[in-house]
Amino acid sequence: MNSATPQHSGFDAFAGPKLPRIVMAHGGGGQLTDALVHQLILPRIGNPALNELLDAGFTADGATAITIDSYVVQPLFFPGGDIGRLAVSGTVNDLAVCGCRPLGLALSLILAEGLEQRTVDRVLESISRTAQEAGVSILTGDTKVVGQGHADGMYITTAGVGVRREDSRLSMGAIAPGDVLLINGAIGEHGLAVMLAREMPEVKSVLRSDAAPLNGLLDVLQDAVPGVVFMRDATRGGLAGVCADIAARTHRQIVLDETRIPVRAEALHAAEMLGLDPLDIANEGKVVVVVRSRDASVALSAMQSHPLGRDACEIGRVAEMRDGLCVLHTAIGGQRIVQKPYGEQLPRIC
Amino acid sequence: MNNALSHNAEPRLLLQRLHAAAKNVKGRLAFMEVCGTHTTSAFRCGLHSVLPANVRLISGPGCPVCVTSQADIDQLVGLARRDDVVLCTYGDMLRVPGQHSSLEKIRGQGGRIEVVYSSLDAVALAQREPDRRIVFAAVGFETTAPATAVAIRRAEELRLKNFSALASHKTIIPALRALLEDRGHLKINGFLCPGHVSVVIGSDAYVPIVQEYGIACVIGGFEPTLLLAALACLTELAAEGKAALVNQYPQAVSSRGNGRAQALLTQVFEPADARWRGMGVIAGSGLRIRKEYERFDAQKVFALPVLQDCDPKGCLCGQVISGQIDPPRCSLFARACTPVNPIGPCMVSSEGTCAAWFKYGQKRMVNDGRQMQEAVL
Repeated sequence: MNSATPQHSGFDAFAGPKLPRIVMAHGGGGQLTDALVHQLILPRIGNPALNELLDAGFTADGATAITIDSYVVQPLFFPGGDIGRLAVSGTVNDLAVCGCRPLGLALSLILAEGLEQRTVDRVLESISRTAQEAGVSILTGDTKVVGQGHADGMYITTAGVGVRREDSRLSMGAIAPGDVLLINGAIGEHGLAVMLAREMPEVKSVLRSDAAPLNGLLDVLQDAVPGVVFMRDATRGGLAGVCADIAARTHRQIVLDETRIPVRAEALHAAEMLGLDPLDIANEGKVVVVVRSRDASVALSAMQSHPLGRDACEIGRVAEMRDGLCVLHTAIGGQRIVQKPYGEQLPRIC
Repeated sequence: MNNALSHNAEPRLLLQRLHAAAKNVKGRLAFMEVCGTHTTSAFRCGLHSVLPANVRLISGPGCPVCVTSQADIDQLVGLARRDDVVLCTYGDMLRVPGQHSSLEKIRGQGGRIEVVYSSLDAVALAQREPDRRIVFAAVGFETTAPATAVAIRRAEELRLKNFSALASHKTIIPALRALLEDRGHLKINGFLCPGHVSVVIGSDAYVPIVQEYGIACVIGGFEPTLLLAALACLTELAAEGKAALVNQYPQAVSSRGNGRAQALLTQVFEPADARWRGMGVIAGSGLRIRKEYERFDAQKVFALPVLQDCDPKGCLCGQVISGQIDPPRCSLFARACTPVNPIGPCMVSSEGTCAAWFKYGQKRMVNDGRQMQEAVL
C-alpha cells in the first residue's frame, strides 16, 4: 500500500487542525464534529463516563443512564414528522440503543418572539402523541422566549433518564469477527424529506421522515435475543457514520453489501439529484444492530414482527481483518471504502 | 422491501464484454471522463476496482468547482466580505480556499453567504431584500450556465437593480481540444463524454473532436450499468482501432441537444477566453455576459479588478484536473490536504478527484478489487 494512501481511520480528524471559529460543518455529525468533541470539549470536561462517547452516559453503578439532545430542525414541520416528534424520538432512541428503558423526559422549549401559539400547540400535540407511543412521560420542563429572528422560531432540548435492562450486555468492545450487522429498514428518508422540504418545497415527493421512538422495537429484539452485542441509531452521519465508527473503534474491518442495504428507489433518485450518498444521510428511526451470527435469524424475525422493523435485514458482517475500515461491496461487484461524512451536507452544483 | 440497487445479470454481462475486449488490446488503455458526476458515480459504485488491469478511467476537468481558478475564488471571497453584499452560491463552492480565506470562513465571521439550489433562489432573494446587493456565484459548465441565463433574464423582467452574477462559466469542447493539443502530457485512448452537458450541447458537438483528433468519444449515463456500458464500448472501439462517436445515453441525449437552453446561452452570453485552474487560459472556453446584460454582470457592477492567479503552494490540482497525475502523486494529498482541511479545490468538492480518492480509498480498493475480480471472472 502506497504510503500516500490515507489510512482512512475516521480518527485522523482528531489530529486535524483547529479551525479558529465554529463552522456549520462542526454540527454535521461527521469528522469535524469529532474534532470539536476531542479538541475542545473532552479536554475541559472529559471523564470516564463522558469519554466513552455513548449515546447516553451511565452512572457509576451502570444501572441508570442519562442523555440529552437539542433539536433545531428547519422547517419545523416536514413530511412524516416535526420538531416535536424528533425531540421525543431522538432522546428515547439514545436511551434505547444503550439497552435502557426510558423512565422519563425533561423538555426545554426556546421560543422566538412572534411565533404563533397555534404552531407551539401543534408541536406540543406531536410531543404528547410521540411520548405516548414511546410509553414515556415528560416529567419536567422549562420555557424561554428569545427576541424575534432568534432560534429560527423554535428550538427544543430534551433530556431523558433510563434504567438499563438487566439482561443488557451491550458493548462495542465485544464486537467480534463473524458478527452480523442488521438494520430495521430503508435508509436516508428522514434527511431527504427534510432537505427537500427546506430547499425544494416545490418538488413533490413521496419520501417521509422515518422519525419514530424505537424502544418498543428494541425491547422486542432484546427479549428474543438477550445477547445483542451492540446497537446504535443511524442519525447524523447516517449508516456510513455508524459503520465507519464501529470499524475505527474496534479496529476490525466491517464489510457491507450494497445489494442488501435497503434504499427505496425514490430515496436513491432524490439523493442523486442532491448529489448525496444515501449512506451518509441522516435517519431518525433506523438502528444498526450487531449480533452474533448464531443469533441473526432470531433477531431478524423478532425485528420483523414489529411494525418499525418490518423491513429489517442483514446488511453486513464484521471481518477478521484488523484494518479498522468499513468496506462496501457494490452492486456491480466492485468495492470501496465507506467513511464518516465530513460534515455539512452540501448540495452539488450540476 | 426492494433494494433499489439489487443485483441483476446486466453488470456481469457488461463486465465480461469489457474484459473480453481488453484482452484483445495490446498495451494499456486510458479513458478520460470530464464530468464531476461521472467521477462520483464511478467511485461510489467501485467501478475502478472491477476494470481490467490494462484499462484505466481517469478524471479530467469535469468538476465545475475544481476548474474554477484561484483568482475567481478570490474575487468571490472579496465580494462576500463586503457588508452590503449577500453572496449566493451553490454549496460546493463554500469551502474552496482562496488565497486568504474561503466563503465558509467568511460566513463564520458574519458574512452573509446563502447556499442556493437554483439560480432563481438568488433572484427571489434580491426581490425580498431590495436594500442588499445580491451576487450570484455563477460557476459550472453548459449544465448550470442556462440557469444563470434564466436568472439574469428574470432579473431583467423584474427590473431588479440589486442582482448581479459573477460568471465564471466554462464550456467543455474547447477544454477537450486543449487537452488533445497538449497530448505530449496526456495519453488517452478516448473520452467518456459527460451525460448532463451533452443533454444541452447534443452529441453532434463531439463530431469535430472525433474527426480532427481521431479519438473515440462515447457519451455515457451515470448509473453503474450505464458507466460499464460506456467503458465496454470505449474498450471495444480501442480493440478495433476505431475512432468513433457513440451515444450510449440516447434516453437523455439527442444529436442536436436542447435548443432552448442553447438559445438562452447565446442570448445572454458570448464566448470568451477563460482561465482554468492549472490549465491556464483556454481560448474561447468561457462564457462572458453580453454587453446588453452588463448591468447584471458583477464584474462590471462592482468594477472588479483583475486579480493575480496563484495556486496554493505545492498544490497539484491543476495536474490532477488535466489527468496528468493521480492524486497520491501530490505531496500534499492525505497529508496536509484532507477533506477536513482542504488546500486545493479537488479535495473540497464532493465531485473532486482528490476528495473521491480520499473518501473511497481508491488505490487500495483497486488492488483488492482486482484480485476479487480475477477470482470471479
